[in-house]
Amino acid sequence: MAEWIEILVSALLIIGGIFVLIGSIGLVKLPDFFTRLHAPTKATTLGIGSVLLASMVVHTLHEGSVSIHELVISLFLFITAPISAHMLAKAALHRQVEHLQGSDARDHRERAERQLPGDAPLENDAEASN
Amino acid sequence: MLELALKITAGMVLVALALNVWRLLLGPSLTDRILALDTLYINSIALIILLGIYNLSALYYEGALLIAMLGFVSTAALCKYLLRGDIIE
Repeated sequence: MAEWIEILVSALLIIGGIFVLIGSIGLVKLPDFFTRLHAPTKATTLGIGSVLLASMVVHTLHEGSVSIHELVISLFLFITAPISAHMLAKAALHRQVEHLQGSDARDHRERAERQLPGDAPLENDAEASN
Repeated sequence: MLELALKITAGMVLVALALNVWRLLLGPSLTDRILALDTLYINSIALIILLGIYNLSALYYEGALLIAMLGFVSTAALCKYLLRGDIIE
């Protein structure tokens, strides 16, 4: 194997490993489910794409013909990762999983109502009093 | 050099797998556990691909592809169960 190809494959592997590791660290460290959903679905997918690219280069050189197998796996993962993330987010919303305080518009409702001018009633209140 | 890179990457993926198992055991909600399982199977695909590079064998793709497909189906089935209380209605 030529020197520069070995360097290329090693760089792809290390970059992929770093991204996979960052995705899993995010899965452990981030504060609530909806932020935790970001780390594995983006960083880990990119990392595994990099590892599969490295494998493709190695096997193309080893077998002497273009190797397509890894492309199938990476295509499949790139298609299914957003779908499973979407389904997980939907399930979490349905089950009303704990979210970070302030990340939902309803958390700000009370403060917004408090900030209205005191002597100006809401439109509906004015209509009701008439 | 390639061997060293393979070993370093395998170490990183192993640490990632350990962190996923930690989240799987810790996970306060069920969706957290499903997300940890989802990440766990994706990281195991990475480990199998690394083994394929190390042994220069083309036999490992079938296993990786199988894990990818079954993992997605299981995540979809678990989410469906949480959403609807049933998998096939």
